[in-house]
Amino acid sequence: MILLKARNVSFRYQRDWVLKDVNFTLNRGELFGLIGPNGSGKTTFLKVISGVLTPQQGEVLFEDRTISSWNRNRLAQKMAMVSQETPFDFPFSVLEVVLMGRYPHLRALEFEGEHDLAIAKETMGLLEVLHLENRLMSELSGGERQRALVARALSQKPVCLLMDEPTAFLDLRHQLDLFILTRDLVRSGGLGALVISHDINLAAQFCDQLILIDRGEIVVQGPAERVILPEHLEPVYGCRLVVDRSPVSGTPRVTPLPSPVDS
Amino acid sequence: MRATPHRILATSFLLLVILIVVCLLSFTVGPAELDLRAVLAEMLGKSRLVEMGRTILFRIRMPRVLLGGLVGAILAVGGVVFQALLRNPLAEPFILGVSGGAGFGAIIGILFGWALFPGVSAVAFVGGLFTIGLIMAMARGRFRIHTNTLLLSGVIVNAFFSAAIMFLISVTKDHRIHNVFHWLMGDFGLSTFKEILFLGPFLLVGFVLILAAARSLNLMAIGEETALYLGVQVEYVKKSLLILTSVMVSAAVCVSGIIGFVGLIIPHVLRLVLGSDHRLLLPASLLFGASFLIFCDMLARAVTSQGELPVGVITAICGGPFFIYLLRRHRG
Repeated sequence: MILLKARNVSFRYQRDWVLKDVNFTLNRGELFGLIGPNGSGKTTFLKVISGVLTPQQGEVLFEDRTISSWNRNRLAQKMAMVSQETPFDFPFSVLEVVLMGRYPHLRALEFEGEHDLAIAKETMGLLEVLHLENRLMSELSGGERQRALVARALSQKPVCLLMDEPTAFLDLRHQLDLFILTRDLVRSGGLGALVISHDINLAAQFCDQLILIDRGEIVVQGPAERVILPEHLEPVYGCRLVVDRSPVSGTPRVTPLPSPVDS
Repeated sequence: MRATPHRILATSFLLLVILIVVCLLSFTVGPAELDLRAVLAEMLGKSRLVEMGRTILFRIRMPRVLLGGLVGAILAVGGVVFQALLRNPLAEPFILGVSGGAGFGAIIGILFGWALFPGVSAVAFVGGLFTIGLIMAMARGRFRIHTNTLLLSGVIVNAFFSAAIMFLISVTKDHRIHNVFHWLMGDFGLSTFKEILFLGPFLLVGFVLILAAARSLNLMAIGEETALYLGVQVEYVKKSLLILTSVMVSAAVCVSGIIGFVGLIIPHVLRLVLGSDHRLLLPASLLFGASFLIFCDMLARAVTSQGELPVGVITAICGGPFFIYLLRRHRG
């Protein structure tokens, strides 16, 4: 079942196009990884397909309806986003922030009930932040805060999960755990998920498909074996690299090489 | 501790008791001291004061206390809303230039020799509304209202009006200058029930609408994008709340003058104690802001035996050091 579809989407902030003629389809039960160098348009892509930015050309459909025609509250019941880190200027506790994931499901003036509290605690347990529930967001480490924000997104009980570098602040084990959790949710819960990641090896290991984006254009999309090839990655990242297979998972593994000194 | 209906009611009840106590105390303090027990009896409908005392209580002091409460409530609630919308803990309700516009209007009214209410208040209110319109027009981008532009526009407009106010003060040479300064620092000396009837509806309607948006304010305080992803119609909510709150604050400024610090420190103090959930913070600010300004106005009456001290002087003198204490304690 098609969840999210971008058709010939182009977007620019000012004069230059940041996204050029992008086509993309995400189905339920699929986990996609979005990779590409800094400034290639990954975050902009996420903002366009989530309806925060409106493309000048083409259209974005969520469940077969133009995303801009969705009521934002209805959309928030189905789509959740983990953005890159936002500063917390005001004292909110972890539990308060995770419970905000339940807001889209509440009626006007309704308070979070036992049901909502149970969901919040469950997702906090999954992300291992339950012991931090009464701490202030501003007091947490980057990784703990990031996990709390993922817990909030999961509390929305979305069918579509978008994450912008969710593993950026996480340690090794939590990076792995987050990918495993996301994959399990996609497999068992029928979620569709799109994850931006700079960790190509992890993305290759867990994602059904990878999308390589460079200067606003999709270079190649497909299973990791077809995307993670030196001929695709070297020109995009501007460095030489070796691709072999992970001895454990058997999925492609990238090792960048230092640039040769030109004489 | 998160905001549950039970906690909101309990906190509000406690703050309401404080407000009532401050009101009663405040009824007794002034150039003519009234006995607290006599005041209490009068409140319960039993006449215990002499005719003169009753006139002072019901005609002079009560309107002054009630108006102070209304203004304090509006400024504190306004501060909460602006701080959340602009995601700036240093924002105060005058930050969009409302005080400058209203002050300029008021001074023109004073220089024309009009009565404080409704004459001076009316021009002050128009001045405040004009400023809001100006700011909203200036900050309007092609798609959305930029909070940074909004803040800068407010600073510029306030600077412009301050200069205009200084100009008017410079060319005024007579006794009216005293009235001008009193107005600028905020003063409840000549309050009547007419001002209360004017201001009350603004607080009532404004607060109900703001409280209905409390959950959206929680999200906006974290970030506009977060709010959007969690279902808030960000641009609509932001614009409505900015205009609504500014109009409410303009109405307060035009009957009280420019009383600083209330809108800055009350939200801060309460956030330190109660957290940031606006469903709790808004009613608490309303009640505590009212108590605080009534208390400061009581001090203004108690400090000087002759003449009047503008209440804005007291709020700044009390508020400043207390604020620094809280900030330091919070950090350590």
